[in-house]
Amino acid sequence: MSSLLLLIPAALSLGLVGLVAFLWALRAGQFDDLEGAAQRILFDDVDGPKKKGD
Amino acid sequence: MSSAAQALATGAAFAPATGTCAHCGAALAAERDRFCCAGCAAAYALVCDLGLDRFYRSRTGQDGALRPDPAAPVVDYATHVTTDVAGHSALHLMVDGINCAACVWLIESVLAAEPGVIEGRVNVATRRVLVRWAGPPADANRHVQRLTALGFRLVPFDPRHLGAAEQGAERELLKSMAVAGFAAGNVMLLSVSIWAGESGEMGPATRGLLHWVSALIALPAIAYAGRPFFHSALAALKGGRTNMDVPISIGVLLASGISLVETFTSGVSAYFDSAVTLLFFLLVGRYLDVRARGRARATAENLLTLAAKSVSVLSEDGTVRAVPPQAVASGATVLVAAGERFGVDGHIVDGRSDLDTSLVTGETVPAVAGPGTAVFAGTVNLTAPVRIVVTATGEDTLLAEIVRLMEAAAQGRGRFVALADRVARAYAPVVHALAALTFVGWYGLAGASAHTALLTAVAVLIITCPCALGLAVPVVQIVASGRLLRGGILLKSATALERLSDVDTVVFDKTGTLTVGRPELCLDGRPPLEDLRLAASIASSSRHPLARALVRACPGVAPLASVAEHPGRGLAAGDGGEIRLGSRAFCGISADGAATAGPELWLARPGPAPVRFVFTDALRCDAAEVIDGLRRRGVDVRLMSGDRAAVVARVAGQVGIDLWEAECTPARKAAGLAALRAQGRRVLMVGDGLNDAPALEAADISASPATAADICQTAADIVFQGDRLAPVREALDVARRTRRLVSQNLALALAYNLAAVPLAILGYVTPLIAAVAMSSSSVIVIGNALRLGRAGRSA
Repeated sequence: MSSLLLLIPAALSLGLVGLVAFLWALRAGQFDDLEGAAQRILFDDVDGPKKKGD
Repeated sequence: MSSAAQALATGAAFAPATGTCAHCGAALAAERDRFCCAGCAAAYALVCDLGLDRFYRSRTGQDGALRPDPAAPVVDYATHVTTDVAGHSALHLMVDGINCAACVWLIESVLAAEPGVIEGRVNVATRRVLVRWAGPPADANRHVQRLTALGFRLVPFDPRHLGAAEQGAERELLKSMAVAGFAAGNVMLLSVSIWAGESGEMGPATRGLLHWVSALIALPAIAYAGRPFFHSALAALKGGRTNMDVPISIGVLLASGISLVETFTSGVSAYFDSAVTLLFFLLVGRYLDVRARGRARATAENLLTLAAKSVSVLSEDGTVRAVPPQAVASGATVLVAAGERFGVDGHIVDGRSDLDTSLVTGETVPAVAGPGTAVFAGTVNLTAPVRIVVTATGEDTLLAEIVRLMEAAAQGRGRFVALADRVARAYAPVVHALAALTFVGWYGLAGASAHTALLTAVAVLIITCPCALGLAVPVVQIVASGRLLRGGILLKSATALERLSDVDTVVFDKTGTLTVGRPELCLDGRPPLEDLRLAASIASSSRHPLARALVRACPGVAPLASVAEHPGRGLAAGDGGEIRLGSRAFCGISADGAATAGPELWLARPGPAPVRFVFTDALRCDAAEVIDGLRRRGVDVRLMSGDRAAVVARVAGQVGIDLWEAECTPARKAAGLAALRAQGRRVLMVGDGLNDAPALEAADISASPATAADICQTAADIVFQGDRLAPVREALDVARRTRRLVSQNLALALAYNLAAVPLAILGYVTPLIAAVAMSSSSVIVIGNALRLGRAGRSA
């Protein structure tokens, strides 16, 4: 019984972490362009092209 | 490491497939070496100069779509720029020409290479680009010019007007779904413990604790995630109607209410898990439904926005400004270049030209126009620039007249009630009556306590809460619209599939619907190749549709220099203009009675006898086959056209339509549709012209090709892309299969209820049984719907 007092809050807080992470990702626009994310993983340049003015 | 230099070195070794343009990938004419046009050569140089030529190796779509358009209208993008608090400018653009990941990479890399640009980001799902930079708004033109030089077509748009409302609703649903999912998972975890403890190991105190925790999670979650259903149910009740959301809301609210009472009184049965899981399942279905429809609508909106053009207004001081058509005042002078579409109604004051009026009247042969000729928005100016004075704007235009006809037609159509709502109307009273009878039976007849009677009645409501019913229709529609979207068929209306499945009559328009809407050279009696090459080389310098058809029939000829165009008559080439390509009169040929129904061109030169080229508005390649297929499905096919009787009769004969009507005005078409419906027929109208718009509105359901006039695409329930007519048949097939699956799903949901309701009335339904029964019925319904998608992939 006393273990429940520990386990229930633990389970709930883990679930809450997931929920908050999802809502944060939604707000940060990570779900706005799922197709683009799938294609961007194929770009292999790290630094990108140089600025023309540089 | 100098990656740019390395890329340049490898780029030099990279050779494109022989016979295709190094930039756009279109097939090359014989005498061209690497590029099809100067624009492509410049674009290739620009890409290589930036060290981005890896693009050419990693891209997949190469069909000439990336050819820069030298005649692209000049638009001042600076007026569309917004400035944020940090002083950064931002521009939202709609982009056309993205085929693959490499295009996304190229656009973002080119923008990143521009000095001052902070962010250049492509949204692939919505085909939109956001550019942000530190600098004055005027820089917008430079940034956009970079991309248009590469062959991407860009149109600015205001994100506040386009799809913002739907996107907000979609996001709200997703948030509700996340909250409901979280609550469902955790409450179910607690419920499983309670069910496991029912054998006796769990004391009432522990059970009470778990119920309290469940209530703490479930009640706020239901209050938050249930809003979409509660709002919709309230709106329906206020309007004196009922829909599927009414029994859902009542079921969920009663279940949570009675569970809360049970928790307070340390009772045994709490239905928090059922209530939250039900909401979660329904939200999944609703979210997917909204998203599928939103994508189809966004694609249709993109098509329209990309087609939108501005009007060149000549102001008092002689300067030319690009103005949106709705902002042009009556009496203004507007310049219309050769090949441009008229954006406003007016009459010509200066210049002679040919007009392509096919979108307005359905007539394929261009009409000759000179000073004084009235022109309508939607027609195309073909051969020479003209100046028009705007005579009508807003309410007075032909367009406004068409809109009035459309409104009148829409009023006669009446409101279509979705199948799910019709079922709900019959279902909700029965269920609520059953629950009431259960309460009366237990309390009044069996003598049970009010508490037991109420619990049993609520169990009936929970078990009949239309979870499967609420999913039965939307899940099938999501799968169906996804399958159609892959085939280039956009469903704009939520009830389009249902209305389409009942169709027993299809009415086609001719020009642009059964036919491709542009003349093609007749193959029979084809003139000698040498004459054709000469004619095509003269025709290369003209935008007249007949000249274009000649060039298409003989691709890759070098254009002849020094060709003079005589609008409305023809083309003259050679030193003294002695080689002539044009009308019979222009070429000095006497009328010998050999006139044909279709348009013709003559080629006359000193020496050989004149050669005649005959053109016809070619049918879509699969028109006859599709119409035959429709008829075999038991559908009555008809043809209504604004064109002349002789032409319509010929086309009707070719595709095998017996019932046709020619020279229809827009009002006549709409009246014809209304008459068919008055006979009790369910009519699908397929049309593309301005003159079809009222008929589209008058039909039970309407479809337009993506090449149709704006107003048609807006009015149509279905928009299909591509050169083929097959999407019409495909849509009908999918709609009929959808109807079958929906009926099966409804039958499954009903069978489940028939089995479960007696148990509930007799009081055998515990929270465990309720949860299992509800989840399993939902899974069965979803599984059945997915069969439609699987059939689509194998086909």
